[in-house]
Amino acid sequence: MTTLMAILIGTFYAAAIYMMLRRSVVKLVIGLILLSNAANLLIFTVAGMDRGIPPLIPKGELLIEGPAADPLAQAVILTSIVIGFGVLAFAVVLIHRACEVVQTDDMNEMKGTD
Amino acid sequence: MDLEVLVALPIIIPLLLGALSLTVLSNHSAQRWLGAIGTALLLICSVWLLLHTREVGIQVLEVGSWPAPFGIVLVSDMLGAIMVVLASITGFATALYSLKTVRKRFERFGYYPLLHLLLAGVNGAFLTGDIFNLYVWFEVLLVASFALLILGGERAQMEGAIKYVTLNLLSSALFLTAIGLTYGLVGTLNMADIAVKMASLEDQKMVTVIASLFLIAFAIKAAAFPLFFWLPASYHTPQVAVSAIFAGLLTKVGVYALYRVFTLIFTADTGFTHEILLWIAIFTMLTGVLGAAAQFEVRRILSFHIISQIGYMILGLALFTPLALIGGVFYIMHHIIVKANLFLVAGLMYRLGGSFELKKLGGLYRNHPGLAVLFLIPALSLAGVPPLSGFFAKFILIKAGVEAGAWWAVGIALLVGLLTLFSMIKIWNEAFWKASPEPNPAVPAPTRNALLYWTIGLLAAMTVCIGLFAQPIYQMAEMAAAQLLNPAGYIEAVLGGTTP
Repeated sequence: MTTLMAILIGTFYAAAIYMMLRRSVVKLVIGLILLSNAANLLIFTVAGMDRGIPPLIPKGELLIEGPAADPLAQAVILTSIVIGFGVLAFAVVLIHRACEVVQTDDMNEMKGTD
Repeated sequence: MDLEVLVALPIIIPLLLGALSLTVLSNHSAQRWLGAIGTALLLICSVWLLLHTREVGIQVLEVGSWPAPFGIVLVSDMLGAIMVVLASITGFATALYSLKTVRKRFERFGYYPLLHLLLAGVNGAFLTGDIFNLYVWFEVLLVASFALLILGGERAQMEGAIKYVTLNLLSSALFLTAIGLTYGLVGTLNMADIAVKMASLEDQKMVTVIASLFLIAFAIKAAAFPLFFWLPASYHTPQVAVSAIFAGLLTKVGVYALYRVFTLIFTADTGFTHEILLWIAIFTMLTGVLGAAAQFEVRRILSFHIISQIGYMILGLALFTPLALIGGVFYIMHHIIVKANLFLVAGLMYRLGGSFELKKLGGLYRNHPGLAVLFLIPALSLAGVPPLSGFFAKFILIKAGVEAGAWWAVGIALLVGLLTLFSMIKIWNEAFWKASPEPNPAVPAPTRNALLYWTIGLLAAMTVCIGLFAQPIYQMAEMAAAQLLNPAGYIEAVLGGTTP
């Protein structure tokens, strides 16, 4: 399963970079979406893919007995999904405004400030 | 009295101010007062934190009282505290300058809340002791900077913003990837704990891979060679006050992050990582200054000089000797004040001369000699003319380079200093010395610039003071460098005696 996930994540990164190198700003944003998802999946995978062992402490105990899934990775992913979502919302509005102002969606036409 | 909470104040104050400003969004004078007085309060608290840290040593606040490797910690060591003071100085100067330069339209769009949020993000990044928390603060300051960058909505701003947003998000994704791999490797996010566990790993290959990922992510944020292209494309587009705070602070957060991880965590294979850093530093210095030589727009020249100065700071880290780190920290202190000030001066030049283009400017010395003096102080300091702050910063770094035998770096650093002087003289000749190209255009008599002069004068006075009273500043840099070179102190302060 981890091998499959590794291949999937690699594909995500490759697709993201490919999309970001295209000239259209819409594809650029799609690339950014893929990139943040790739990073999230990576954290998900490296933290260990465990099933059916919830990290719950039994009543009256102080420690978990036996193996348990890692809850911190999920908290981290949740945070970065929320951040990524907010930032991407901004990026989408930005390209919308940019297309209106510059009158094109071609990155090669946006060289005025270089 | 328990002073631990002091560590959190530089984050809490701007967050509260931002929230308060939002509630009085339509009341312009309330927003301005909150901006000026609030940032002054922030400055006082930051200086207090710095003095306290200098007296007592590294300060640690366990947020929510969760013990160290499990909860998030805020850590104020000398480097962090110095950076927070510098951020507060820049924030205060920008808030003062904004009083007279930011239009009401932008204030209604939330200029002041964004400014406070930006400062909160910057201070959070300087004070956190948790690598994922660092990522979160980076995003906080990025989102605020995105919105500040496009305030005004002109074409150039949109074009610049797309590049700025894309490359910064790419860098954030790389940063997150590196965090993920770190967590997979050592199973902790606390920086001190990571440092302990990484050092005890047998297989160091993966550590070097992660170090490279962090290096790329932070080098993009610091605008180091060859990853700086977003900076000159975007930094000259927003409002001058925004440009000034960006120029002073944002790239330096990247530099700070490099200093933090490459002195605390990735010190095992310095032969590899710091060699790369050395070459990055050399090329960053050189390309930045050469790029500036080709420009004829004041803000663009200054933007390229940010890049070349970043090279000096990275050089301090790359040489990795006590003196070099002192030089690097000293350089950061000198640079943030000088660079923010130069952008503020450029804004005043625009108000008085009507343009940012060198060809259209002229005669500023004859008409406004006060501004000319106030330009010369930061400009000559940037170039490294004694007795201003830049001279000592460059002198320490070059001496460290000579001691370490890094002759290429020394030679390039000297050459870049000379070329910086050339750039500054170019601005001086064109904007101040040469006669005005149009015989006294009907400039609407610029009024009520006194506050802007005072702000610029305040920062210029700091530059002069850092130069004239270099010894106490040097001592602080020395303490910061000593703490950076001895990560055991940081680790012990964070993890206490309970190291597993």
